[in-house]
Amino acid sequence: MKVGFLHSLIRKDEKLLVQELRQRKGVELVFLDDRRLAFDLRSGPEVDVVLERCINHSRAMHALRLIESAGTTCVNAYDVARRCGDKILTATALEEAGVPQPETRIAFTESSALEAIEELGYPVVLKPAVGSWGRLLSKINDREAAETVLEHKAILGTYHHSIFFVQKYVEKNGRDIRSFVVGDECVAAIYRSSDHWITNTARGARASNCPVTPEIAEISLHAASAVGGGVLAVDLFETEGRLLANEVNYTMEFKNSIDTTGVNIPERITSYLLKAAR
Amino acid sequence: MNTCPVCDAAVRPPDDPVEGELLECPDCGCELEVLSLDPVVLGEAPEAEEDWGE
Repeated sequence: MKVGFLHSLIRKDEKLLVQELRQRKGVELVFLDDRRLAFDLRSGPEVDVVLERCINHSRAMHALRLIESAGTTCVNAYDVARRCGDKILTATALEEAGVPQPETRIAFTESSALEAIEELGYPVVLKPAVGSWGRLLSKINDREAAETVLEHKAILGTYHHSIFFVQKYVEKNGRDIRSFVVGDECVAAIYRSSDHWITNTARGARASNCPVTPEIAEISLHAASAVGGGVLAVDLFETEGRLLANEVNYTMEFKNSIDTTGVNIPERITSYLLKAAR
Repeated sequence: MNTCPVCDAAVRPPDDPVEGELLECPDCGCELEVLSLDPVVLGEAPEAEEDWGE
């Protein structure tokens, strides 16, 4: 079986997947570096299945669309990447599926965004619709800060920074949960703890094992299903005795979660991928 | 043994390098990329872009 490995830079996560794939009998690995690809709208790479591991969301999403158009199964699918890569589309999918999430507003002008923020009540979190690793998140505690941040985003940002995605700030007591979904199973979860309100490990949060309770598994699988399913990392908040789904990531990073959870996540992903190809 | 293109320190690539693989220079901490395998050539890794992420 020919497995296309769609990538740009090979980080530790990708290297672990490459090593796992190379151990599997009958698998021929074909590297598809997104920096070297050119598509003609008709043909795709000559492989049986593609595992997407790009770093750029735009490249991943468009490459998946083009490869699927040529008839090749991709993990994750284009529709999943599209929904997960844009927080507005993720929130919409979660809402349509009835997955609990933080109270959210979307607005397209400074004035309507300010009105929405005031209506939600402070503090709120303003996020770029497309973005990751906790970058460019703003916790806004009052109207003066809201006016300042909105004006800066509208004037200094590119046009998509004027699509305002606002969430009610959720008090999560210094940690959130990152769960890992592979197919129809929530295989592992970690707590991400930080003194900072942003709890991404990319921003220095500490990872520790989080037992997968039935409640965590249920909301994780529900959120994963809402965006189309596959290999997904779901960010959860624990607040006031319940869980909220905050984000769903489609090119999940797991290198710091293997030893932490004791679960061989690249092995699970590879088995799912090869099953999807058959 | 390779050298860091930034600080010229010695950098030992992994035994099973992959094109595009990220390495860190042990001396200056700069992120490096494996540009080719035979022979192994290292270059500076690209800077993070706005839509990089998960």
